[in-house]
Amino acid sequence: MTLLDFARGPALYWSTLIMVCGLVWRLAGVALLPFRPDRSAAGPQSRGRVRGALGTIVSRSLPRRTFLARTFATVVVGYAMHLGLLIILLGGAPHILLVAQATGLSWPSLPKGVVALASAVTLVTLVFVLVRRCTHPVLRLLSNFDDFLSIVLTLVPVATGILLAEETVLPYRTLLTWHILSVEAMMIWLPFGKLSHVVFVFAGRAVSGAKLGKRGATT
Amino acid sequence: MKPRDTLGQKLAGYGISRRALLKFAAAAATSLALPPGVAPAIAESLSGARRQSLIWLSFQDCTGCLESLTRSDAPGIERLIFDFISLDYQETLMAAAGAAADETLVRAARDNHGKYLLAIDGSVPTAEGGVHSMVGGRTNMDMLAELAEGAAAVLAIGTCAAYGGIPKAAPNPTSAVGIADLVKEKPIVNIPGCPPIPEVLTGVLVNFLTFGRLPDLDDLGRPLAYFGTTIHDQCYRRPYYDQGKFAHSFDDEGARQGWCLFELGCKGPTTRNACASLKWNGGTSFPIQSGHGCLGCSEPDFWDKGSFYTSLSGGEGPPWDAVGGAAAVGLGIGGAAAFAARRSRAAVDRQLAKEWQRDHGATATSKTEEDGP
Repeated sequence: MTLLDFARGPALYWSTLIMVCGLVWRLAGVALLPFRPDRSAAGPQSRGRVRGALGTIVSRSLPRRTFLARTFATVVVGYAMHLGLLIILLGGAPHILLVAQATGLSWPSLPKGVVALASAVTLVTLVFVLVRRCTHPVLRLLSNFDDFLSIVLTLVPVATGILLAEETVLPYRTLLTWHILSVEAMMIWLPFGKLSHVVFVFAGRAVSGAKLGKRGATT
Repeated sequence: MKPRDTLGQKLAGYGISRRALLKFAAAAATSLALPPGVAPAIAESLSGARRQSLIWLSFQDCTGCLESLTRSDAPGIERLIFDFISLDYQETLMAAAGAAADETLVRAARDNHGKYLLAIDGSVPTAEGGVHSMVGGRTNMDMLAELAEGAAAVLAIGTCAAYGGIPKAAPNPTSAVGIADLVKEKPIVNIPGCPPIPEVLTGVLVNFLTFGRLPDLDDLGRPLAYFGTTIHDQCYRRPYYDQGKFAHSFDDEGARQGWCLFELGCKGPTTRNACASLKWNGGTSFPIQSGHGCLGCSEPDFWDKGSFYTSLSGGEGPPWDAVGGAAAVGLGIGGAAAFAARRSRAAVDRQLAKEWQRDHGATATSKTEEDGP
């Protein structure tokens, strides 16, 4: 069995199962925790729990005007990276093909040039994020192994994906092997590290928003 | 043909001119990735070459390789060179049978000891001492060990001989292996393919007759000149891949337009062979040109790499019941963790209530006593 066969076979099989198991584990572990009953009275400007939850999911995804001047670069980089990843994942023809073959769901792909541009922007922002975390004294103090590993595990699939799409530097087989393996490494780590914000970010905002919405607080 | 005849004399007998031989030599030099200036030297070497003894054994095979190599539609110079080889033993092609055939084999091996080329198509079964494939009461393993010892070099023809091929596919009931798994002391060249391209065998023979050695090989023992690049890199549909134009099914507009077959499972990007350049049936076509993706038949274990129709970007992911099982396990672990947290929380609440009761209950009791009658 070649490394590519391993990547497309057992590694894909087990990394998918570990990711699914881990995500359900983490979500169930939090969802089934005892919630403190909210005994506060609804405020005069209460929007209700549901509207509060939905509103907070949106509002916390937008940059805060108060801090925008100071955090402009971080906001731009964050948006560019996440939008780029979204375009690569949902717009790249091979990724759609993977989903279609696994689930039967399919949708039109974006032109290769658009995905290539998004990939380049994502790679640059990820490198910027990594370098900044390594060099900024405060960020470095706040960072732990999880932070660095999560960035690297996102960066490597993007880098190998770009090389694979352009079929340059190394043979196609080698690039395909390392691209798939790096994605599988990310899938395995996803539920257990900070990459789990993929599923927790909106759930967390919704819970906060529901509480604040009932009380009528501005979010 | 007399044993001492040279190729030049034989070609002259067939009415092939020296100019034609030079043209062939130039083509051979190109296909072997040699500079054009080598062509006259190749023609000279071939003209003066003596008959090369070749012993061809068929083991665990389907005879497809031999069919491919002997059914060239036009008997060109390649075919004549193949005729020029002294094919001393080939069970399917030879007239002799039984004991006479065995005697032929023994004599050919003895007379050309250390000089003959040993060609093999088919894998070698090793389970139960190799009894799953026997010729004249002898196992393929025994015949291979004996004949490889006296060979100048071994040619593993077809994917079965090169890497085990279809007989080796899971569950491999005969424990089939390729030639290189058993022969360690002799130079081996693998000419994989299911079947292999006839011109590749001719090229290897030309190389051997001209230079007296096997051609340069890649890491899988294949001639670099023919297996140096992927089908994908030579494919005439490659521009469509680069443009992102793919056929999504075998009868859609993309398929009719002749767009890239990557999404339909083509293994061209990971398969090294010369199909896309040399083609088949006298250069007529090859699988992709006929509208079907490459199966990757010249790669080891091609039969066990999942569906031929799963694209390279896909893979053998888990089935839905396994995903459901993983989710259930996750739910169990998460539920258990939450349950443990709830119990821990309840224990803390009880402890707090007890302490509150102890502190405030005592105060309340003493207060009642003070306020008593």
